[in-house]
Amino acid sequence: MRMPEPKAAVIARRDTIVRELKRLCPAPEAVIDGDDALRPYETDGLSAYRQAPLAVVLPQSTEEVAAVLRYCRDEGIPVLGRGAGTSLSGGAMPTADGVVISMMKMRDVLDLDFENRTATIEAGTTNIAITQACEHEGFFYAPDPSSQLACSIGGNVANNAGGAHCLKYGVTTNNLLGVKLVTLDGEVLEIGGKYLEPAGLDLLGLVCGSEGQLGIITEVTVRILRAPEGARPMLLGFQSNEQAGACVDAIINSGIIPVALEFMDRPAIHAVEAFVHAGYPLDVEAVLIIEVEGSEAEIDTLLERIAEIAARFEPAFSRISRDAQEAAAIWLGRKSAFGAIGRISPDYICIDGTIPTSKLPETLHHIGDLGRTYGLEIANIFHAGDGNLHPLILYNANAEGELAKAERCAADILKLCVDMEGCLSGEHGVGIEKRELMRYQFTAAELALQERVKHAFDREGLLNVGKVFPFDEDRPAEAA
Amino acid sequence: MAEFAPADEAGVVDAVREARASGEAIEIGGGCSRQGFGRPVQAGHTLRLKGVSGVELYRPGELVLRVRAGTPLAEVEATLDEAGQALPFEPPDLRVLLGSDGAVPTVGGLVATNLSGPARIVAGALRDSLIGVRFVDGDGEVNRSGGRVMKNVTGLDLVKLQAGAHGTLGVLTEVTFKVLPKPQDTLTIALVGLSSEAAGEAMRAALATPFEVSAAAYLPNSVAARSGVNEIARADASAVLLRLAYFGEFLPRRGRDLIAALDLAAPIVELPADASAVLWREVRDATLLTEPRERAVWRISTAPTAGPGLLTMLGREIGAEGFFDWAGGLLWLATDAAGDAGAARIRAALEPLGGHATLVRAPSPVRAAVDVFEPQPEPVLALTKRIKASIDPDRLLNPGRMYAGV
Ligand SMILES: Cc1cc2nc3c(=O)[nH]c(=O)nc-3n(C[C@H](O)[C@H](O)[C@H](O)COP(=O)(O)OP(=O)(O)OC[C@H]3O[C@@H](n4cnc5c(N)ncnc54)[C@H](O)[C@@H]3O)c2cc1C
Repeated sequence: MRMPEPKAAVIARRDTIVRELKRLCPAPEAVIDGDDALRPYETDGLSAYRQAPLAVVLPQSTEEVAAVLRYCRDEGIPVLGRGAGTSLSGGAMPTADGVVISMMKMRDVLDLDFENRTATIEAGTTNIAITQACEHEGFFYAPDPSSQLACSIGGNVANNAGGAHCLKYGVTTNNLLGVKLVTLDGEVLEIGGKYLEPAGLDLLGLVCGSEGQLGIITEVTVRILRAPEGARPMLLGFQSNEQAGACVDAIINSGIIPVALEFMDRPAIHAVEAFVHAGYPLDVEAVLIIEVEGSEAEIDTLLERIAEIAARFEPAFSRISRDAQEAAAIWLGRKSAFGAIGRISPDYICIDGTIPTSKLPETLHHIGDLGRTYGLEIANIFHAGDGNLHPLILYNANAEGELAKAERCAADILKLCVDMEGCLSGEHGVGIEKRELMRYQFTAAELALQERVKHAFDREGLLNVGKVFPFDEDRPAEAA
Repeated sequence: MAEFAPADEAGVVDAVREARASGEAIEIGGGCSRQGFGRPVQAGHTLRLKGVSGVELYRPGELVLRVRAGTPLAEVEATLDEAGQALPFEPPDLRVLLGSDGAVPTVGGLVATNLSGPARIVAGALRDSLIGVRFVDGDGEVNRSGGRVMKNVTGLDLVKLQAGAHGTLGVLTEVTFKVLPKPQDTLTIALVGLSSEAAGEAMRAALATPFEVSAAAYLPNSVAARSGVNEIARADASAVLLRLAYFGEFLPRRGRDLIAALDLAAPIVELPADASAVLWREVRDATLLTEPRERAVWRISTAPTAGPGLLTMLGREIGAEGFFDWAGGLLWLATDAAGDAGAARIRAALEPLGGHATLVRAPSPVRAAVDVFEPQPEPVLALTKRIKASIDPDRLLNPGRMYAGV
């Protein structure tokens, strides 16, 4: 993966830079520089690509972040914000001449306001910690990425993370009320707050999902919600993807919006059954996990109604969970899916594109063809209610040329998503992974406009360089 | 100077290029029902989007609707209604309030102003339902952002940026919404005679229950008296309104449990669906504050806990009259339009509470003299100007509509 040419002049000043960072962030162990110590920062969840940074700094306050940014701007040093490093698109991979600002020492819950139904937390706080902090009052934070035990809320905002329950509750941007954003100039912008509508242009909407291109987020205010009375899923199995896809359409047409509507295909079902024995049917092409919320009686009514709708599509299998234990069993399969795939294949690429839900069967058909063309097995797991696909391409990194082949296959699947009038990323972001494919989705003028908007925030072009925007061979290296 | 009325997007591109060549700015309008909202624009040309109209794509099973920007809102709502669906954010119709009764609101104007109605507390704002846009920038280039899918993190989210930009960042030509099934039934519970502070508490308590209250508003006595719904108008008392919207068979139980959870001594009135619809339209469109016409009208977004106290205080200090929605988070206020229409006092009161005030209705000279939108801190204003310059470098599109110099 080609990255902007590191600035030799910056690398040559490494000792001075480290000394200055230590002065700006004087806490013990706030600056990391030795080769071994830098290793964990070489990569993120897209571990095929690695590059050690010049140094890592772990600020303890917004003021320290501002001071570091101002210094980096003055010295022309590239900067990268980093949360937990779980990004799957390479968004948190550094450059050799860059300073990583890790938010891992800013993890406090600053304010829980049950009356206004908001939580304000530092950007390094894990996603799960927000729900943990408010669940004693019956509240929760809705977006629930599968990585929620580890990933940070700052990273969630940067990547506009989703989760299994966004069909009803929306993704990060729909649950975000405010951020403290530090610009490269070291200015601290307070955007939004405990009120629903921020003033002026929707900077909050622009920052969310901007993958660290616009500034470093140090604090986040989110809305918290009262938890539902209850929630239970059902499991349906179908003989064809077409039937499963049509069933999704029919459920949504009926006026019922389930809180989750997840899909797994045959290879995924077989992998999880071998791994966790969740009781999924093995003789079907596809399963749907459909969860609804409400009182016990309401849940029963809704699940029965969904079962009636599904009957029109001749399900080969139908199981309604009756209690928490049965509910957990149905979710167990879905939740262990990535781990299960990891067991049957030494390596896999997890793709993240979105397509219109009406094109599910057609898209799955084409993905099957691509798998056969490349000679690679592909398991499909996705959020069917919103068309967010996660095909997993299985490969063996030790076999010569397999990674490159799997990557070509992944690129073809993502292009397919665009052809289907979908997009390259539903929740993982573009990062380095899909950078070059941006040309497939956008015109040159559109990309140029997006870059100009980035430069309205980051005038020197030092924030998270080499990501999101295509980086051509013939493009001049960033000015040293 | 030119009055552009293109029939399609290519015509919009031509208009922008022509304006650019002439060096004169453009004032953009759809149906112009909200033209009186925002700062007056000084521009040589006008551009009317009415001709760029029509539904392009509607898939109920996918919850997606795509229309050209000049499409009348009424057409959109009728299309959705036929399939039992609706725009989730309950778009306000401000024509009566703004005195633009004859105008035909278009979707482009709706998106440019990003106003959402009572359901915003559960369904999100317009910008949350907006998933794709096409717009022509100040260079006359067509841009797309987002698309027709709800999950999309592909490049910068210019969709959100366009919502509420009042046409200062591009001429919208096409928008795509995520839509939702219309709730099958609604039940509105009115709690009669509470003070604004007690009302605020009751509403916040209601939202802390799991019964998915879909709207929560408070009308003080004098405002309630103007309602077209007899049960409310004749009560001679204030009213807290709590709405439940779901499958009809679930509502009675939820209503009972909600009332039990609130545990209040206040008299309770249950409103049937038709009365409930009338009442929530009055709240949504702020028509309860239409008269007297000479008064200015403000829309204030603040923390729900701050709304009730603010209403009481501004009533006492500047004679403001109003009501709140969004469980206290949205305050509609009518004030004397003389001088600054109360701007200085309102904004000073908001300062310690957080939030911002927008002058929705006032005579043109007042809108020119007073900051219609909350003045921004220096670094944010500077950034806003740089964003404007990155999309509309010659400041051709609705210059000054939101802020001087933007
Ligand atoms: C097993 C697994 C399952 C996953 N499941 C999901 C899922 O269900 N849904 C989903 O949406 N994602 C999922 N992800 C992806 C990932 O967890 C999310 O993208 C997450 O939001 C990243 O958070 P992070 O703290 O790890 O960010 P990082 O990986 O550290 O950084 C991600 C990006 O955000 C930027 N960034 C991070 N913090 C800041 C900050 N404070 N200020 C500015 N920029 C910042 C970085 O520069 C980088 O570009 C999964 C990942 C894994 C490994």
